[in-house]
Amino acid sequence: MTLNRLGTLADPNSFQDPLDLRNTPDEVAFEMLYRMALIRRAEEQIAEMVLAGEIKCPCHFAIGQEAPAVGISMHLRATDRGFGAHRSHSHYLASGGSVDKLFAEVLGRATGASHGMGGSMHLFGEGTAFAGSVPIVAGTVPLAVGAALAAKLDGSGDVGIAYFGDGACEEGIVHESLNLAATMKLPVIFLVENNLYSSHLDINLRQPSDRVARFGEAHGMATEVVDGNDVVKMASVAGRLIERARAGEGPGFIEAVTYRWLGHVGPDANIDVGLRRSAEEVSAWKKRDPIARLEAALLARGVEQGDINALKDNAERAAKDARKKAYDAPWPKETDLLDFVYASGGAK
Amino acid sequence: MTVQSYGKAIRDGFAYLLENHPETFVIGQGLWSPWYVGSSMTELEKEFGKERVIDTPVSEWACTSAAVGASLFGKKPIVVHPRMDFMIFATDSLVNQAAKWSHMLGGQAHPGLTVRGIINRGGEQGAQHSQSLQSWYAHIPGLRVVMPYTPQDARDLLIAATLCPDPVLYIDDRWLYEQEAQMPPAKDIDLTTIKNEVIREGADITLAGCSWGTHLAMEAAAQLEEDGISCEVVDLRVLNPFDGEALIQSVRKTGRLVAIDASWKTCGIASEAITRVVEAIEPRLLRSSPLRITLPDAPAPSSSRLEAIYYPKSAQVVATVKQMLN
Ligand SMILES: Cc1ncc(C[n+]2csc(CCOP(=O)(O)OP(=O)(O)O)c2C)c(N)n1
Repeated sequence: MTLNRLGTLADPNSFQDPLDLRNTPDEVAFEMLYRMALIRRAEEQIAEMVLAGEIKCPCHFAIGQEAPAVGISMHLRATDRGFGAHRSHSHYLASGGSVDKLFAEVLGRATGASHGMGGSMHLFGEGTAFAGSVPIVAGTVPLAVGAALAAKLDGSGDVGIAYFGDGACEEGIVHESLNLAATMKLPVIFLVENNLYSSHLDINLRQPSDRVARFGEAHGMATEVVDGNDVVKMASVAGRLIERARAGEGPGFIEAVTYRWLGHVGPDANIDVGLRRSAEEVSAWKKRDPIARLEAALLARGVEQGDINALKDNAERAAKDARKKAYDAPWPKETDLLDFVYASGGAK
Repeated sequence: MTVQSYGKAIRDGFAYLLENHPETFVIGQGLWSPWYVGSSMTELEKEFGKERVIDTPVSEWACTSAAVGASLFGKKPIVVHPRMDFMIFATDSLVNQAAKWSHMLGGQAHPGLTVRGIINRGGEQGAQHSQSLQSWYAHIPGLRVVMPYTPQDARDLLIAATLCPDPVLYIDDRWLYEQEAQMPPAKDIDLTTIKNEVIREGADITLAGCSWGTHLAMEAAAQLEEDGISCEVVDLRVLNPFDGEALIQSVRKTGRLVAIDASWKTCGIASEAITRVVEAIEPRLLRSSPLRITLPDAPAPSSSRLEAIYYPKSAQVVATVKQMLN
């Protein structure tokens, strides 16, 4: 039996055209562009800080894969419950996480998203739809299921979102989670960002098909495969599945096919380490740039380049301001080490 | 004798096994990558082939359990987990399966696999990328646990673990990889002949540690010698079945004990070391109450400011010893 594969969706030389904005009003497109630009500009600043030796914690960048998080975030409300992993700056910022707190967190400061206790891999979006990220691969997928169960028990109409990667699909816990969500008809969206790599290994060395949507299908849930660099399509697919989930019709599974421009961890492109990844592959994927494609579509519709630039400048300014503020932020207190262990504060 | 580093000594152990024992194979994440395991496995797949040095999907549980299965049919697998934290997904394979198998089936089948759990911490990696879980696993009867401190043990315990017919957890520490020592040629070793031992003779106090804990003990002993304090250091390289003999003999001689473990305090290896001694020797021989030096009972923080106070240092051992002797 031959398995269904991604085909052209995994080919960087396709899907390079401007996006189809027919059903997207200007203000929505602008909002999506701003959120994507903010993620990119923030990560570029953070990458610079890593190179300068100012940030010590491991940082996994999502540059190039801004669209899935932003597309889905257009349908989230603050009471929804998103859970991420090691590469979650994008999920955190798209959900409305404070950029100031992100910079403070990666510098290990007390004003950070996790009060300086977590760094880049452990983010908490207080008051937003981002309920936490931690780096055990696939570890948070069942947490999103549980958060969805709580929402269902409360009849709140909120959804859980599990953000994970193609690599995480290899962990058994993902399959238990899918089955549980499907049999209990829970309001949870499994969003797989299939960037075709898990650290140094490409998906063809790890799975018999590059198409992970087969796992959602196997569990009988509403499943969509989408160009993960097309924020408009991402938003429309996510909107449909989230609406179903809120209405009690059960979980959804989205495979967003995308690509990380940088390496597994840190600002290096890893073209010398991946067993397939090459400079050519990376530059081909840059032509599928989710931001440039949205921009091209806006220009084609007659939006002024100046308006687009102003918006991108705003994103850049927000990131640079956050960076500046973070350097002056205080460090955690020594007592935090024990005080955060238990809700009661320390081993008391 | 050649000089070898701890990291490369591990690679020598793998090369020796793959060369001399065709039933061995290695399986785990990152084995074809220079990132995951430092200098300890560089290009083994080029030398011995990707059939025997297998890089895997992100599937700790399946890989470890598959190794248990393969070991029941004549293979000697070594499963590599580039951080101990990740092998928690595989804990069922070790605790429910491998460790129980021989006993449950009346001693008729023995899963002789080796699991290599690497301790990799610091650098603001945080709570899920920093754990030293030796005490946890050493609690499980049926699962042997060893933890090399010297470069020679890094190689020899890997060989002994792999050749042992029991499941063995071999834990190495990336903070030790640059340590160097003279090494005799590798040979087959029977794990049951390896005992915990005194690696530095002394008269005033016994320092007992495992792995990085032993490193701290040795550093402290060298500093204390300058102040005229003579420390004996016992290296606890065999944690389960716990071998207390050398330790007990040493404290009989010195009358004092500081136990050091670079993991948590409660229910830990340092507690075990102290208990073994207190149970075995006459109270009048103890010249002061034994003490532990460990991590505080808190997950690893990320911020470098907190990391700096979280991990024990040899200065803390020195201060504790001086306090005990005063
Ligand atoms: C349980 C566990 N195993 C292994 C790792 C090491 N690790 C961190 S990220 C990663 C790759 C995951 O790939 P994927 O899920 O596709 O996410 P991506 O990095 O591509 O965004 C691995 C293997 C880990 N953090 N946790």
